Amino acid sequence: MNIIVCVKRVPDSGTRVRVTGDGRGIDTSGVKYVVNPYDEFAVEEAIQIREERGEGQVTALCLGPDEAEEQLRNALAMGADDAVLLEAEPPMDGLTVARELAAELEDRDFDLLLFGKQAIDDDNMQVPPMVAEILGLPCATVVVDLDVEDGRAVARREVEGGHEMVELELPAVVSTQKGLNEPRYADLKGIMAAKKKPLEKKEVELAEASTELLSMREPEEGTDGEIVGEGAEAAPELARRLHEEAKVL
Amino acid sequence: MSFEGVDYFDIDGMLSDEERQVRDMVRRWVDENVMPIIDEHYVEHEFPSQLVPEMAELGFYGANLPQEYGCAGLNNVAYGLIMQELERGDSGIRSFASVQGALVMYPIYEFGSEEQRREWLPKLASGEAIGCFGLTEPDFGSNPGGMRTRARKDGDEWVINGTKMWITNGSMADVAVIWAKTGEGDDPDDIRGFIVETDREGYTGKDQEGKLSLLASDTSEIALQDVRVPEENLLPESDGLVSALKCLTQARYGIAWGACGAAMACYREAVDYAGERTQFDDEPIAGTQLQQTRLAEMLTDITRAQLLAYRLGRLKDEGTMRPQQVSMAKRNNVDMACECAREARRLLGANGILVEYQSMRHMANLESVYTYEGTHDIHGLILGQDITGIPAY
Repeated sequence: MNIIVCVKRVPDSGTRVRVTGDGRGIDTSGVKYVVNPYDEFAVEEAIQIREERGEGQVTALCLGPDEAEEQLRNALAMGADDAVLLEAEPPMDGLTVARELAAELEDRDFDLLLFGKQAIDDDNMQVPPMVAEILGLPCATVVVDLDVEDGRAVARREVEGGHEMVELELPAVVSTQKGLNEPRYADLKGIMAAKKKPLEKKEVELAEASTELLSMREPEEGTDGEIVGEGAEAAPELARRLHEEAKVL
Repeated sequence: MSFEGVDYFDIDGMLSDEERQVRDMVRRWVDENVMPIIDEHYVEHEFPSQLVPEMAELGFYGANLPQEYGCAGLNNVAYGLIMQELERGDSGIRSFASVQGALVMYPIYEFGSEEQRREWLPKLASGEAIGCFGLTEPDFGSNPGGMRTRARKDGDEWVINGTKMWITNGSMADVAVIWAKTGEGDDPDDIRGFIVETDREGYTGKDQEGKLSLLASDTSEIALQDVRVPEENLLPESDGLVSALKCLTQARYGIAWGACGAAMACYREAVDYAGERTQFDDEPIAGTQLQQTRLAEMLTDITRAQLLAYRLGRLKDEGTMRPQQVSMAKRNNVDMACECAREARRLLGANGILVEYQSMRHMANLESVYTYEGTHDIHGLILGQDITGIPAY
């Protein structure tokens, strides 16, 4: 079974992100980058499927700058077999990214294409279903449980207020959610081995984006809360405020 | 949120991708596995032994030894970064890994026979066996050459008698590397190393009670009474006190890095606390000149220590590192970490004495680190001898 996992290089969630002066991007100086945390579930799932079946190939694919090699090496250290880097600065426009990935994937033979459900930088959640659409493949998003059998997969999806079970014919696209598995640490031997695994770099020309980023701004400073009292005695006042001022009760 | 580290002089820029990857992995592991439990273990005076198999699985033990013996085969900078991150969690965790790797696996690798390497290194790397190192004695700390422990040849066996003290992992170890005098006289050149399985008759390890430092670590006293080991347990290439000292050089190298980690933890805690704690007109104490210069000193000292450790690592990888350079780095960096921890604790005011903050735990731990593996003063004398050519100890 061939599994391709798409991973994205994103700023670490602990990094303090600052918008540049022109409001069109983020100041990348001093920003630490990591594998998108949702993509780690995808990598882990792919490795587990390969381990359970005792056969198969896990390929990590990334569209990103030259430095994204670091994130691909992370995926290799966790246990992916090989990696491909499509070298380009990833735009905010999901469709542009999806088209580029689809163009690469078109000629590749795979049974399962895994993504994290979203990237934590732009939070678009667009690319996995868009790639599925372009390639004409079935797609399940926000998956918390996945069973793969010959030719088909059963996925449990998180939906509002419950779960949904879907069956997909392979090859299929699945985007992964927290809860699917516990991503492993890349151990030291894995990190050493990752150096020697094949990593192919291809420069790509991105198509013009169909959306344009107009501006970005940082969230406004939160205002201080107000403590209306302590313990049970505070309840009437809190209820009154929620009713009369916030109008939520 | 993951630990941010301290990197004022872009030391990251001098690390390879792989070295950074190792550091980041260990950092994350410490965030997720050590930080949530260390307070409780510290207060309970208990080494968190549940972490032993996990550290083994990730490859932390003897990580700079070759892969053919089940080790990770990392370079020494990556190894140092592991020690740094472990000690950011707690000196007791780093001490465990240091002893296992630098004081048990290293001597077996360096002075052992091929059979001994094949037998022990994979077991120690995988955590199947825990090791300890017996050199120091109740009356011989800075002067290990004066040791009283003796090994006497009896047919094709050695009979060992003596007492070892301040032995990290001593009670829980499956195997001990014991140093003993083998000659008739008192010559330190007769000191040799032995592999002693701790289930042999006459071997007892018992916890040292009453510690106020390294509480989440096993520190023990070992008694050896007519312990018999076969000839093949002698480390054949060990030859005099100098062999034992070579092991200490390995461990001290790791400590030079580890101290940076403990200091980084205290500095980060101090910066965060200063930003949040308000006094006098609701202003954060970070805005006061007093705390700002305090933080500036800490950051400068940490940066200096990091650069020493980094350069030492590169020299070690090039094969040109001298033990005296290790002495300088151990001495400077641990002293630096002691001061940082103390200053951080003071900045935290009354809260600084609570276990929910890290600085006082590190402060107390670092007093042991200041003293073990060659005291601060002894390393000063090693440097003094190197400068003047005159030994003063």
